[in-house]
Amino acid sequence: MDNQKPNIRMMQGNSACAEGAIAAGCRFFAGYPITPSSEIAEDLATKLPAIGGSFIQMEDEIAAMGAVIGASLTGVKSLTATSGPGFSLKQENIGFAAMAEVPVVIVNVMRGGPSTGLPTHTSQADVMQARWGTHGDHEIIALCPASVREMFDMTVKAFNFSEKFRTPVILLPDEIVAHLNEKVELPDYASLEIVNRSKPTVPPEKYLPYEMVESDVPPMAFFGEGYRYHVTGLAHDETGFPTNDPEKVEEQVRRINRKIERYRDEIVEVEELLTDDMDVLVVAYGSTARSAKRAVMIARENGIKAGLLRLKTLWPFPDKEIEKIYRRANKIVVPEMNLGQIAHEVEWATRREKPVVRINRVNGEPLTPKEIFEGIKG
Amino acid sequence: MDYLHYLRKDKMPHIWCDGCGNGIILKSILRVIDKLGWNKDEIALISGIGCSSRTPGYVDFNTLHTTHGRALAFATGLKIAKPNLHVIVVSGDGDATAIGGNHFIHACRRNIDISMVIFNNNIYGMTGGQVSPTTPTDKKASTTPYGNPDAPFDISRLAQAAGAAFVARTTVQQFARMDKFIEMAFTHKGFSIVEVLTPCPTSYGRRNKEGNGVTMLEYQKQNAVTIERAAQLSPEELQSKLVTGIFVDRDQPTYLERYGNVRDKAQKAIPQVRDGENHAIQI
Repeated sequence: MDNQKPNIRMMQGNSACAEGAIAAGCRFFAGYPITPSSEIAEDLATKLPAIGGSFIQMEDEIAAMGAVIGASLTGVKSLTATSGPGFSLKQENIGFAAMAEVPVVIVNVMRGGPSTGLPTHTSQADVMQARWGTHGDHEIIALCPASVREMFDMTVKAFNFSEKFRTPVILLPDEIVAHLNEKVELPDYASLEIVNRSKPTVPPEKYLPYEMVESDVPPMAFFGEGYRYHVTGLAHDETGFPTNDPEKVEEQVRRINRKIERYRDEIVEVEELLTDDMDVLVVAYGSTARSAKRAVMIARENGIKAGLLRLKTLWPFPDKEIEKIYRRANKIVVPEMNLGQIAHEVEWATRREKPVVRINRVNGEPLTPKEIFEGIKG
Repeated sequence: MDYLHYLRKDKMPHIWCDGCGNGIILKSILRVIDKLGWNKDEIALISGIGCSSRTPGYVDFNTLHTTHGRALAFATGLKIAKPNLHVIVVSGDGDATAIGGNHFIHACRRNIDISMVIFNNNIYGMTGGQVSPTTPTDKKASTTPYGNPDAPFDISRLAQAAGAAFVARTTVQQFARMDKFIEMAFTHKGFSIVEVLTPCPTSYGRRNKEGNGVTMLEYQKQNAVTIERAAQLSPEELQSKLVTGIFVDRDQPTYLERYGNVRDKAQKAIPQVRDGENHAIQI
């Protein structure tokens, strides 16, 4: 393809994710087959070895999560992709990445649950698992794409956040977005803003891998480059070695939470549509936001002033963004393919000052514009 | 040699009990590294959870203390991403063959260039003496107070069947052989394992009335037999014996060698791929 021509193509969401990973500089993927995420692995199994990267299918989901952390410690940007049951299995090592502050990106394509559930059908029921799936107090970043182009963009963004904040980042598409084929124009890769983790500038003997630095994100040395530090999932002090010292433990756990909280304005993104004069606010995300957008249009055609707030970031939760606009509406509608995981957060953010109408579905079928419109109208 | 050159002196004293064999194994590992002249910057020592898995905290290499049973998974990613590192995994019998059993057999099958030293003390020491996959039948543990109803794993035979390139077993009492086996493992191409039988007087010996560390080492001395000698013994005679020696020593292609071929094929299949340029990769 000529470099000057726009890069327009039909592409599947999962393939756009794989491309986004390559564009972001990902050169290692470890995974385990699971529907509906396997195309990400299959694409990267084909592409990564062609550009000097590595793909490996591990023996299970837990191993895949461990392998990406191991690879990332050497400085190589690393990705794994999974779906519900696999996401459950990965949780312990996601917590390790949060605690040891190792940048990694995890894609969880949401399918019906609980348990094996509906492997080939859509869902948005892993929103809370993304937030609280691993044990202990930790912040997490979770991004929620609604289009094929966003599968690309948000994968790049997920890598950038993981590198910048030394943290695991979760991409949370639902099955519809992951398997959607639509026209997409991919950007010039050279024009993308790519973030790489900051490396220590001090000599090895002065390096503290978990130093209480002003930014709250200490530089990260790569294994094999002379710094010889210790990485553990145990509570540790600024040197990285285990400690039971209450003061040190408290300070580190608070820092790994604070390093996300304090940058939440930089992380959180929403999209507003027709919210200036609205009477009804619809809060939606992922493929449901596409139905919601149409529902808002139908409402306007029927004389109801509806507006849409689409959450592009799910964690940290866009509470401030909701707070800014919800008083304009008399009612809030939250359609989602679960039993109200985000509706609960919306109620919290709006202090239950306005009625929150929940439109829920957990049978693997998408919510239609008409159903959401009924909620807006009713 | 100067052991202190390899130790993080400020992390001493270590957590291991009197009579524990872990320190003897650590010294053997350090002697071999010293003999091979490896640069400390080029060594990654990786572990899971347990007494043996505390080893990385005491040594001055790139060290990684992972989740329970998962050291080999982390090590696999690390070795693929940075093949010039000498990647060594230390693990216990529970860590390697119970919670980490799946990773263990697949690491053997995959034959990636990682060396593993298994500290087999027949018990979960750190958590207080619960039964492990190598606790012999009828022996006591805190979770088998009436005797172990389970059959134990033979770790070396398991590794052999699963496809490891080098497998050897020794007791910690035979420290010269331990050095030899560990050196053979560290210099062997592919996935190599040394299973070291080591006493846990605190959690195993005491409960099974096998005495203190010295008594348990004496038992090893009296009962260790070579694979060749073991072949002459009847099953009854073998009952209390510790079979040691080299179970596997074979040359076979490693994962990274085979993945090099994958890269060659991929590059030929996708000649137009140019990293970082303005187009999606065409397939």
